[in-house]
Amino acid sequence: MPAKGYIEVNELYCKACELCVTDCPFDVLALDMTRLTSKGYHPAYMVNPDACTGCGICAVSCPDAAITVYRYERQRPEA
Amino acid sequence: MTVMTDIPAKIVYQRPEAFDPRVTHYCPGCTHGTAHRLVAEVLDEMGEVGNTIGVASVGCSVFAYNYFKFDFVEAAHGRAPAMATGVKRLLPERTVFTYQGDGDLASIGMGEIVGAASRGELLTVVFINNTNYGMTGGQMAPTTLPGQVTTSSPTGRDVARQGHPIQTAELLATLEGAAYVVRRSLHNVREVRRAKKAIRTAFETQKHKLGFSLVELLSTCPTNWRLSPAEARDWVEERMLPYFPLGDYKVTPAVAELKV
Repeated sequence: MPAKGYIEVNELYCKACELCVTDCPFDVLALDMTRLTSKGYHPAYMVNPDACTGCGICAVSCPDAAITVYRYERQRPEA
Repeated sequence: MTVMTDIPAKIVYQRPEAFDPRVTHYCPGCTHGTAHRLVAEVLDEMGEVGNTIGVASVGCSVFAYNYFKFDFVEAAHGRAPAMATGVKRLLPERTVFTYQGDGDLASIGMGEIVGAASRGELLTVVFINNTNYGMTGGQMAPTTLPGQVTTSSPTGRDVARQGHPIQTAELLATLEGAAYVVRRSLHNVREVRRAKKAIRTAFETQKHKLGFSLVELLSTCPTNWRLSPAEARDWVEERMLPYFPLGDYKVTPAVAELKV
């Protein structure tokens, strides 16, 4: 089973540059066109959260360090 | 968002401690932020945050002093290496670095950077090359590419009249005092990771007193290039890389032995 994870976007920092959306290899992210941040940007969010592996590529491409990446601990198969 | 709260999760990446919590003034998608983040991550990992003094330049990066949780001084235009020389000589145990753009380092500050490199000052320089003067509205800089349209070269840079772009890393690599001079780029995830490693090596070069270190980072300026952030990164790859090839221009044998 592939690794699973999720991200949190800090909307104070997100400037909607879309680099994370472009770089995500699993098309997890999109800009939320229904909301605006306090700075007037449409923040990035997980449109397809089940595909997230917690690889962290979005965080590496984010120029504003707005993304925190989490990865679920691997579940041990029950005997 | 479906976050499975019942399964324990560990943090894989978070904003570095040394990066100040305030929002940067950089435009959306500007890789100045990426470069700041890499410097903060490297100093976090080295445990040098409380021991570092930065020297800010003039340009978009003038406000770098607002964005790090360690001491910063602001130098006159182009004079960051001269000021950093003074700081480092008075406080030799501190980690001292300058953060300069191309309008600062490669034009008005060319004398200072050549002097600091030739003296082999134990400084680290993070040099951002985005081929224009970003802060003042995208005028032609010494690094502007041949034929590139800027606000002060509306028909494109004519090398017969305005000269050729300066390849800073190659130029400084010829100086005896320079120990580590490399060029990296911030246009994709792989190159960002390589850039971080180069910044780490540059700071280690200073820590081990091996000589002058400089990392030139090819950077984007989406606003002044009139491109979207993603297009600006493609522009770096298509236009800048042929003229500013990535590579290690000077790595002394002692630096090559550093384990990073």
